[in-house]
Amino acid sequence: MRDEAVVNMADVTVTDAAANIRAYLRENMTAFKDVELHDEDNIFERGFFTSLFAMQLLHYVESTFDVEVPDDYIMLQNFSSVRRLADMVADLRRSAGE
Amino acid sequence: MSEVDQVDVIARARSFAETELAPRAAEFDREERLPRDVVERMAAEGFLGASIPAKWGGLGLDPLAYGELTELIGKACASTRALLTVHTSIVASTLVELASKRLKEKYLPALARGEKIACFALSEENAGSDAAAVATSYTRKGDTFVLSGRKKWTSFAGIADLFLVVASDKGVTSAFIVERDMPGVDTRPMSGFLGNRATHIAEVALDDVEVPAENLIAGVGAGFGFVVNTALLHGRYSIAWAGVALAQAALEEMCSYATRREQFGVKIGTRQLVQKMVADAVTNVAAARELCRRAGRFLAPRSADAAMETNIAKYFSSTVAQRATADAVQVLGGNGCWSGFPAERLFREAKILEVIEGTSQLQQIMIADFGYKKHARKN
Repeated sequence: MRDEAVVNMADVTVTDAAANIRAYLRENMTAFKDVELHDEDNIFERGFFTSLFAMQLLHYVESTFDVEVPDDYIMLQNFSSVRRLADMVADLRRSAGE
Repeated sequence: MSEVDQVDVIARARSFAETELAPRAAEFDREERLPRDVVERMAAEGFLGASIPAKWGGLGLDPLAYGELTELIGKACASTRALLTVHTSIVASTLVELASKRLKEKYLPALARGEKIACFALSEENAGSDAAAVATSYTRKGDTFVLSGRKKWTSFAGIADLFLVVASDKGVTSAFIVERDMPGVDTRPMSGFLGNRATHIAEVALDDVEVPAENLIAGVGAGFGFVVNTALLHGRYSIAWAGVALAQAALEEMCSYATRREQFGVKIGTRQLVQKMVADAVTNVAAARELCRRAGRFLAPRSADAAMETNIAKYFSSTVAQRATADAVQVLGGNGCWSGFPAERLFREAKILEVIEGTSQLQQIMIADFGYKKHARKN
């Protein structure tokens, strides 16, 4: 079973990844207030998510972008903003030789 | 593992559970200990490595087969099932997902063979549902981390060789594997519990324990958001199946009793008010089992939705277990309130499931939040 947001990796750029991540975060943000989400916002420090969401983000990243996040990348700061997530995806794809 | 092999594992688990565990479950509960021979047999059968991939020495069962195994063991003995929950689901599965290759090589094969028993040292006097509030501390010292603090209500800490410990450094939470024989580790048995009485629950004292840096799980700061969440995801999946197990056991107790017990010249099972309890149990057990299977289908490919599907299954099945076991006590009447029948033990064990691995109230908060996001119309 795959997430609905799964994308064709051959076509994904860093910009596309950021857009996909932004959409996923918006979809999972609180239903009670409209908040603006900027790519540099720390989603945990700004209270948009608790760290409970981190594991879901890890699984989202791996299943959506077809990458494996190694254990030394698994720290909250790599998952704390759209920018950092997109950069991490780009790093992982580069190191995978794409 | 092929489907045929999984069927064989399940058949062995069923035979072991029915012929060797179920007849002794009341004894384990009464004596508040799981005998060493049971732990060794679980290890020898490979059940303690049931969900660990074959490359690390486990059986490599998929989540659905592992769930079925959990139900079979749990229906026979809740404390033996708890060993699977803690050792296999919580600790081993978390290492499989998040640990470095070096840490996996160091511990997973021994965990898979059951040569080392592991437990999850998270809760403290003032850190229960608010798990991020742990006071146990760690500080970096050269190539080690130094841990100090007190853990409470740690299932199997009394017999465990390895402790997955969650600790904090000025609010930065990290997780470590601590070995029992490291200097400064001590355990003190706890007693007097409602259920899970044979799970060797203990306090864990850590006094300046020096842990090699390689025993850090994932990165510094990954303790709560990643390690605890992963551990609780797998723990909740196991508890969800444990609920099905207890509810199924209660259903069998009430049906067996109601078809034999006579009052007022008729079998009590012919009374409509008893039939209502049986009908509710049959329906709820079937629904809970399907929710568990649904969660398992999300878990298998590591879907991002697996956590919420597991929360839903855990919440429903623990509620169903509590209801079905209470009804089993009711159907059995005086015998249901007596330790000569399993119903009272099942009732006590079921209540535990509404508390551990996230209370039902916490599940409700998370599920409601999910509901608003998913089901509120956007326009």
